[in-house]
Amino acid sequence: MKRRVAVTGLGVISPVGNDLAAFWHNLVEGQSGIDYIDRFDASGYPTRIAAQVRDFNPADYINRKESRRMDRFVQFACSAARMALEDAALTINREDGPNVGVWVGSGIGGLETLEGQQQNLLDKGVGSISPFFIPMMIANMASGQISIMFGAKGPSGCSVTACATGTNSIGEAFRFIQRGEAKVMITGGTEASITPLGMAGFCSMKAMSTRNDNPAAASRPFDADRDGFVMGEGSGIIILEEMDHARERGARIYAELIGYGATSDAFHMVQPDPEGDGAARAFALALADAGVEPSMVDYINAHGTSTEFNDAMETQAIKKVWGEHARQVAISSTKGVTGHMLGAAGAVEFIAAVLACRNDIIPPTVNYTTPDPACDLDYVPGKARRRKVGVAVSDSLGFGGHNAVLVVRKFEG
Amino acid sequence: MSVLESVKEIIVDILDVPAEEIRPDSRLAEDLKADSLDIVEMLMQMEDKFGLQIPESTAENLKTVKDVVEYLEKRLQEK
Repeated sequence: MKRRVAVTGLGVISPVGNDLAAFWHNLVEGQSGIDYIDRFDASGYPTRIAAQVRDFNPADYINRKESRRMDRFVQFACSAARMALEDAALTINREDGPNVGVWVGSGIGGLETLEGQQQNLLDKGVGSISPFFIPMMIANMASGQISIMFGAKGPSGCSVTACATGTNSIGEAFRFIQRGEAKVMITGGTEASITPLGMAGFCSMKAMSTRNDNPAAASRPFDADRDGFVMGEGSGIIILEEMDHARERGARIYAELIGYGATSDAFHMVQPDPEGDGAARAFALALADAGVEPSMVDYINAHGTSTEFNDAMETQAIKKVWGEHARQVAISSTKGVTGHMLGAAGAVEFIAAVLACRNDIIPPTVNYTTPDPACDLDYVPGKARRRKVGVAVSDSLGFGGHNAVLVVRKFEG
Repeated sequence: MSVLESVKEIIVDILDVPAEEIRPDSRLAEDLKADSLDIVEMLMQMEDKFGLQIPESTAENLKTVKDVVEYLEKRLQEK
C-alpha cells in the first residue's frame, strides 16, 4: 500500500534570494539574478556571466567549525536544509531520528575544493593536501552533513544525474516514504560550480550563452534568439512527509506529491534525443503514476535551459504527451531568472511548481520576445499569470540522457 | 609572537574555540574537541608557520597544548 506524501517545508539559497519569500517574489516579478562573474577573474572567458548567489553568509546557518569543513555546495545545502526544517516546524528528536532520511544530490560536488587542492599538489607537493579534501569534495557529502547536523538516521544517499539531479533526488525520496521506509525525507539538490575549471569546461562545450553585453537578457528559454544556458548555483531543499505523520502534528501542507517518472534517452552524452521520446515517456509515466490525465495539468515548470536543442525537443515531448491539450497548459521556465543551477535546478523548480500550486500564480518566462516556430506553445511570456493551479508538473533532463518528472497536486485539506 | 600565542591562534582558527578557553593543560581531543582530521590539519599549519616537518610518530604523543608548545620550542632551538 503506497503511503501519501505531503510537502511540508521549503528552503532555498539562490541567485534570486536566500529565503523563500525573496525567491518567489523574484520569480513572479521576473527579476533576474544573472550578472557578471566576480567570484574569480573571468575576463579571458568566452562566457563572463553567471547567476551567482549573493550576500550568503554560512555563519547565519552553520557553526564556524563545521562550515570550515564544507565546500560551498555543502554550505548551500545545509543552510537551505535548516531553513526548510524551520519552515516545516519540524525538530528531529532522538527517537524520530531513524524515521528521517536524507536524499540531496549534486551534479559535481566539491569542484572548488578539488581545484584548490590540485593547485596545492602542483605548487607544494603531496604533504600539502588537506586531510579534509576527500570528505569535502565527494558529492554525497551534502546528504552526509545534513544527516549529521539534524540527527537524521534514516536512509541517506543521493541521486547524481547532472541537470536532473534535483528532480531524481526528490523522486527517489518520494518512493522511500511511499514504501514506508521513512516518515520524513529531507531532499533536493545543490551545486556550486561557478569556478575557473567549471566555467571553462562548459565554455568549451559551447553550451553557454555568450551574450556578455547584456547579462539579464542572456537566459531566454524558448525564444528564437536563445544562444545557450547561463550557469547558476545554490540549493533547494524540500521536506517530504508521510501524510498522516504531517496531519497528526498539525503541519502546514504546501501540496501533495503524487507522481514521479524517470527514463533514459539512450542517445548521446549531452545532446537530447531530438524526437523527445525519452522526455515524453517520463512525462507519461509521471502522470500515470499520479493517476492524472494530461488535460488535468495546469502548469508545467519546464527544464527550458535556453539552449537551441533542449527547448525545441522539450516542446516536441510536451506535444507528444499532451496532444491537442498542449496549448491549454501554461508552461514557463524560471531559468530565465535563476540561470541553470545544475544539480540544484530540479529542486528549486519543484519548489516553484509547489508555490504555483499553493498561490495560484504562474511565474513568467522572461526575455521571450521573438517566437521560434519550433517552440510554439504558451510559455507565459514576460508577466506572471493568475490561474487556478490544481496540478503542476516539473521536469528536468540531464546530461547522460536522464529524464525525470514530478507531479504535485493542490492540497485542500 | 611567542610559540604559545601562535599555537593558540592556529587552534582558534581550526577548532573555533575562544582564545580564553585555551590553557596549557587543555587536552586537544577531550577538552578542545579536536578530532583526528583536525589534529592533522593543525600540525600541517604549524609545519607551515614554523618551517618544520613534524613526524607522525611524534604527533601521536602530543596530547595537550603544553606538549605541542614544548615540542615546537625544542625543535626551534635545534634549528
